Amino acid sequence: MTETLWGTARRRLLANRGARISLGIIVALVALTVMGPWLNPNRVETLDWSFVAADPGFVHAHWFGTDRLGRDLYVRTLAGARVSMIVGLVASAVSLSLGLMYGAIAGYVGGRTDDVMMRIVEILGGLPLIFFVIFLTVVFGRNEYLLFVSIGAVGWLTLARIVRGQALSIRRQEYIEAAIASGAGTARIICTHVLPNVIGPVIVYATLTVPQIILLESFLSFLGLGIQEPRASLGTLIAEGAGEMEAAPWILLAPGAFLTLLLVCLNIFGDRLRDAFDAGTRR
Amino acid sequence: MLRYFLKRLGGAIPTLFIIVTLSFLLIRIAPGGPFDQEKSLPPQILANLQSAYGLDQPLWVQYTRYLRSLLHGDFGPSFRYKDFTVTELIGQGLPVTAEIGAAALILALTLGMLVGILAALRHDRPADYTLMTLAVAGIAVPSFVVLPLLGLLFGIYVHWLPVAGWEPGSMRHLILPIVTLTLPPLAYVARLTRASFLDVLQRPFIRTAFAMGLPMRVVILRHALRPALIPVAGYLAPAVASIMTGSLVVESIAGLPGVGRYLVQGALNRDYTLVLGMVVLYSAILVGMGLLVDLLYAWLDPRIRFER
Repeated sequence: MTETLWGTARRRLLANRGARISLGIIVALVALTVMGPWLNPNRVETLDWSFVAADPGFVHAHWFGTDRLGRDLYVRTLAGARVSMIVGLVASAVSLSLGLMYGAIAGYVGGRTDDVMMRIVEILGGLPLIFFVIFLTVVFGRNEYLLFVSIGAVGWLTLARIVRGQALSIRRQEYIEAAIASGAGTARIICTHVLPNVIGPVIVYATLTVPQIILLESFLSFLGLGIQEPRASLGTLIAEGAGEMEAAPWILLAPGAFLTLLLVCLNIFGDRLRDAFDAGTRR
Repeated sequence: MLRYFLKRLGGAIPTLFIIVTLSFLLIRIAPGGPFDQEKSLPPQILANLQSAYGLDQPLWVQYTRYLRSLLHGDFGPSFRYKDFTVTELIGQGLPVTAEIGAAALILALTLGMLVGILAALRHDRPADYTLMTLAVAGIAVPSFVVLPLLGLLFGIYVHWLPVAGWEPGSMRHLILPIVTLTLPPLAYVARLTRASFLDVLQRPFIRTAFAMGLPMRVVILRHALRPALIPVAGYLAPAVASIMTGSLVVESIAGLPGVGRYLVQGALNRDYTLVLGMVVLYSAILVGMGLLVDLLYAWLDPRIRFER
């Protein structure tokens, strides 16, 4: 049963041109981020004073040009992209685990517990969570670990809803009944029976939270509330570029184009992946 | 209808109260005080400052005092903008933010619904694919990339519009910020409208309407539109949230003196009361929007009205 579900999903996904193209671009961007810096002789921290805010070109291998301090933009964009991607993945993992635990408990236990837990999610969902994240950075100072946690804490709400829905339907299955009959406790049933069975569809939705989280992190970094100098993410690079765009538009264009391409492809791929698993929404 | 409204109001007020309380407590238990600076202040001055701002009182006195002044519309003094109260700053900034925000919201809703209906009617044809691909781009491309690019294009290369800045009453300065704020909710509304329209068009009553020989226009405007708009109404609160979030960057980039910019400045300066006030303000706006959405739902879908 599970085999065929994954099988048909893969077939549908690969039959879709948009999915193939976006997946190809994502793989290429990730490969570039991991290996790209080695292809270029310039290093992230090196200041090239003879080429300050230089045009993109092949002199000194400044392929994307340099910024105000003569730092190579190709290498810096890739380094920033790496930070953005890591934040995206780690914070998604945080929201995934939070959403899984919360949703599984609410859905499996059910009853009043479920009502209260889902009411909390509903209230939180109505809040301006980005302001909450900003608020946390004000209260606790700007700290990168806090950034992971607070961004991750924002992303779990939708996942919790989805997991709960799945867990509700699993609750009535015979194997759960069998587990209860053989004397397994609630915690054990949730961990060994509910979680493994909801995780498939949930991971699909989690792919859609990755671009949201990358966007959120870049947003905060753009405002100066996220990643701090000397480290850079795509958001800080774009902020830098926006200030220089009149004289040196490439400082904006290089990281801006990278982020845009990454987000568009992640979104398209996530959409197609969800459609491939979800026959109901396919038209 | 009134009972339904009161019931929802009864849910909204505790929510707001919880938000205010949590935010207030978080700020008070935070490490470091608002007067921490590079150079530490002489103890006497620090004590004076603290008593001037009421920080020497016990926590619950501060809390009840804050709540009471909130009810009078007083958000307290700003810690960083000396001589200004947070209420004054909000009073200065809110009209600007409200102006661009309302324009963006109206544009996003009307254009978004139009595009969505258009795409649904051209379902599975090139126009549909093109519009929906554009919509994904509209959702995915961040505002802090869009606005500088628009500025580069229309401000620096062709000199049609100012890149940034603000003059009272000048529409020209607001065009690019409004366009930037409009795009993501527009794209989202278009997708929602398309999906729900396709869904509604398959229902039996629409088939009946067609079978009765009603023209396309009548079926769509009189029968399909209202039920198809229910999901769009549900998106109203997230749309406002998206526009308010966008206004943070848009105002910062374009140099508009709105509340979004004050919030960012306040956050960078660790201006506790300003940020607290902004969070309370934004939450109140969003909770209010949620109420409005519930009312809209009840109006669009009688089943909800009579359910309880």
